[in-house]
This record gives sequence, C-alpha cells and structure tokens, in this order.
Amino acid sequence: MLEIKNLCKTFNAGTINEVMSLQEVNLTIEEGSFVCVLGTNGSGKSTLLNAVAGTFLTDAGTISLNGREITKWPEHKRACYIGRVFQNPFSGTAPAMSIAENLSLAAKRGKKRGLGWGLPVSVRGELQTRIKALNMGLEDRLDSPIGKLSGGQRQALTLLMSSWIRPELLLLDEHTAALDPKTAAKVIELTEKIVTEGKLTTLMVTHSMQQAVNLGDRIIMMHQGRIKYDFRGNDKKRLKVPDLLALFDDLRRKDQIDGTVAELLLENYV
Amino acid sequence: MTLLIGSVTIGLILALLALGIFISFRIFDFPDITAEGSFTFGASITASMIIAGFNPVIATLAAFAGGLLAGTSTGIIHTKFKVNPLLSGILVMTALYSVNLHVMGKSNVPLLSEKTLFTWFENFSIQVSGKDAVFNIIGWNVPAKDIWTLLFCLLIIVVFSLILLWFFRTNLGTAMRATGDNDQMIRALGVNTKGMIIFGVALSNGFIALSGSMLAQFQGFADVQMGIGMMVWGLASVIIGEALISENSLGQVIAGAVIGAVLFRLLVAIALRWGMNPNDLKLITAAFVFIALVLPGFMKRTKKIKLNRQ
Repeated sequence: MLEIKNLCKTFNAGTINEVMSLQEVNLTIEEGSFVCVLGTNGSGKSTLLNAVAGTFLTDAGTISLNGREITKWPEHKRACYIGRVFQNPFSGTAPAMSIAENLSLAAKRGKKRGLGWGLPVSVRGELQTRIKALNMGLEDRLDSPIGKLSGGQRQALTLLMSSWIRPELLLLDEHTAALDPKTAAKVIELTEKIVTEGKLTTLMVTHSMQQAVNLGDRIIMMHQGRIKYDFRGNDKKRLKVPDLLALFDDLRRKDQIDGTVAELLLENYV
Repeated sequence: MTLLIGSVTIGLILALLALGIFISFRIFDFPDITAEGSFTFGASITASMIIAGFNPVIATLAAFAGGLLAGTSTGIIHTKFKVNPLLSGILVMTALYSVNLHVMGKSNVPLLSEKTLFTWFENFSIQVSGKDAVFNIIGWNVPAKDIWTLLFCLLIIVVFSLILLWFFRTNLGTAMRATGDNDQMIRALGVNTKGMIIFGVALSNGFIALSGSMLAQFQGFADVQMGIGMMVWGLASVIIGEALISENSLGQVIAGAVIGAVLFRLLVAIALRWGMNPNDLKLITAAFVFIALVLPGFMKRTKKIKLNRQ
C-alpha cells in the first residue's frame, strides 16, 4: 500500500520560473490496485510519479510504502521495492550491454551485488523462457547488445526487467508515449498481463484516455499540482473517453474564467 | 634489438596505465586527469618505501593502494560535492604534486643501487640462465636478463588484465559497466551510482599508480615530473587498441588496450630513433589523440555529404 500525505514540491522556488508542481497531494493506493493518472501538460502527474520514485526530494509531506516511510530515501534505495518503466524507451536499458546482461542486472534489483559471476550459465535457461513469453523472437538474441533493438522491444524488455523480482509498487511513466500505435498496443497488452499475473500495485501516468478507460481499477485526474477527480469502483467502470474529455474541458474553462475574473477585478479595483 | 625489447617492456608497464584510463574514460566516460598525479604518486610511494628498506612487492602494492586513495578523493569530490569531473581531477592532481614532493622529500629519487622488483627478475635470470647469458633471437644476441624481465612484465600484465576481465563479469563489475552505460537505468535497479563512480575512479587510479610504480623501478628513478602527459598517453594507447579490434567484446577491448599501449610505445621508440626531437613528443602525442578523436565524426559527415549528393 502506498500512502502519500500532504506532498508538496515547488521547482525554482523564489524565482520568476517558480512552478508549484505538487500542492498538498493526498493519495492512498491499496495493495493490488492499478491506478491510472491523467492530466494536462504540467499538471504534476509525472512529478508525482518521480517524487515517489525518488528522482528528487520533496519539500513537505510524507510518502510511505507498506508501512516504511521512504520520503527521505535516495532513489537507489527505493528501487529495492519499486519497479520502474520510463517514457523514453532508451532510459530503461543499458545499450552497450547484451540482453542477457541487462536481465541479469534486473534479477539483482535491490540485492547485494558481490563478486559472484554476473551471468552464470544456470540462469540462461530461465532468461530464455521468460523472454520467449514476450513473443518478440528475442530468445535467440540473448547476446546481442540491446542498443540494436527497436524502441518497442526495449520497452517490453524494460517492463520485464522492472517486474523480474516482484516489486511492491510498479511505476509506469507514459511508457507508450514514444512508441507507434501498433507497438504501443502490444506493450499495453504486455503491461496488463504482467500486472494481472503478479497482482502488482501499479501507478501509471498516461496521456491516453483510452488506455486509462481500458486499464486498471481507478482513474485520478490532476490539474495544477492537485488531484481534481478520483474515480474508482463502478464509477471508474462507467467512465468513457467522452466523459473524460468533458471533464478536461471543464477544467480548462474554469481556468479561463479565473483568468478573466482576475483581469476584471484588476481593472475595477486597482 | 635491445632497444626493441626495452620498448616492449616499457609498453607492457604502461599497459597498466592504459587499462586505468580505459576504466575511467571508456567505462565511465569520466575524463579523469587525476592520472597525471596518481602515476607519480605510485612512483614516489614505491621509491620512498624501497629506500626505507621495504620489500619491493609491498612497496609496489602500497603504490596501488595510494592510487586507490587518490581516485577515491577525485570520486568523492565529483559525486558528493558535485564538482565537474575534469575540475575534480585537476584539484586532486594539483594537490598530489605537493604530496609527491613530501613523500619523496625531493624532486628526484634514484633507485639504481636499490633492490627493486627488477633486481629480483635479474637475479632470477642469473640463476636460471647464468650470468651474462645471451639469447639468440633471429640473429641478434639479447641479454637473457632483458628477456626474463620482459616475460615477467608480460606475466604481470596478463594477470592484471584477467583480474579486470573477471571483475567486469561479476555482479559488481556488471553493475559498474551499467553505471557508465546508463546510470538512470541502473539506479532504478537499486544501484548506488555515486558509490560505483567513486569505486571505479579509485580502481582506475590504482592501476595507474601501479604503472608509475613499476616504471620508476624499471628506469631506476622516480621523478616528480614523470606523470605529465600520461593521461593523453594512456588515451592514445586505448584509441590504438580500439582501432585494432573489430568486435566490442570485453576481453577484446581489454586486450586491445594492452596491445595498443605496447604498439604506441614502439611507434614512439622508432620515431625517436629516426631522429624525432624528444621535446616534440608530447605535442605529437596530443595531435595524434586529437586526430583520432575527431576523425571518425569527420568521416561520417563526409560520407553523409557524399550520399546526399548521390
């Protein structure tokens, strides 16, 4: 279970470029829940995810995962319990190293890395079966460098790597945004399979409303660093893309009104 | 022929330097100029300890430890205090200049009458082949002690290359390579990348100090200036090695760096023999590395222009 309490993060505080990316965000994700985060550009959805992953430290508030408070933990320590897939397909794998080596690195996520042989012959069999399950024909290319694979193949491998050891929380940061529609569909299919099979607690940031509607059991909509809507259970099931679009329009209109009202007040009273 | 054997021996000693530069430059993409200080640091530690009567093996290993320490400092300055990598190296290199003078007590320490590793090799040669023995190699008479010295250096470099190869295949070494390849990825897999960089730069400087230590023992003196230009020298060796190998398997890359170091030393010896002014050596080395760094990109661009015209 992930518990986020009063989380705040301001970038470039005290300058003209000040951005209040997270404003007192409260969020609890139950064990085994699959949450999709939607939001406009700059709404703070990726910031939320990165705050949980530990890319930066937050200004206020707490994050705890299954009873452990991880607010001040460095990124690599959180990685013992958190699996991650990035938006950029090139971020999740080491290009100069072979497929087998990348997977063997993932098989040691959060464990002590000593002077034991990095790629023992005995694991190759397991690597092969698990890669075969991806259905991408990669099982015969275990020793070729990952840099030679396509973005989709690399993203599928990253997904496999992030869940190689069952993570207590899986973070997916728009992980299909950089892929073509066909590949994206395949990666989403794989995501669903991995999350369902492992009963993984998942937080997925996406810009695709279709994905949010089809996947998971809860949708969160963020706007200007706050959680504006939270749908779960039957509400979530009933939600369709047009409903979400309407909500987005609503948020945008309120913004415009806010702006106009401010101007009016300024003209009349200042 | 004696000149040739001597050059190959020095080439093998400097192969340790090339391996060190390979770790920092190629594994981490960390332009670590600490090398120039730690090379001399290794030499000065060994020289002072041998003069103080220590066993040469212990004095040589102490140089390795000294290099580790120098590299650790650079790594900490870079990762913990967020100083630019080049500047961290310059800081430690500059500081080491004074440290080296303190360690040696003066700017030059002669070792000719002392017992070094190479005295051992010569004694071994006298025992095995007899005093003043010569080997006949394709018509040339070469002193047996030179051949034995060469073989011992070869043995040392092979052992260290194999240790490095083994290390980079372990869990820890694989994580270290991944840190240089994609640090974001390996952090997401639970590796402390800062620690890895510190450890890697330390290891790199350990090898470099070892190289300095052995060179001082071979040439019979340690000098506070002997590290100048060593980083570019090592880089030249690594680049030659990369040009020689076709595949990028780890074993081949390491072997390439060693062969590159020997070849580069031979090239320099031949050039000097042909009458190149020794004062121009560093200028030419730098020009060589510049060309080697720029040429691949330049060739790609001209190829592209040609293709576009077609």
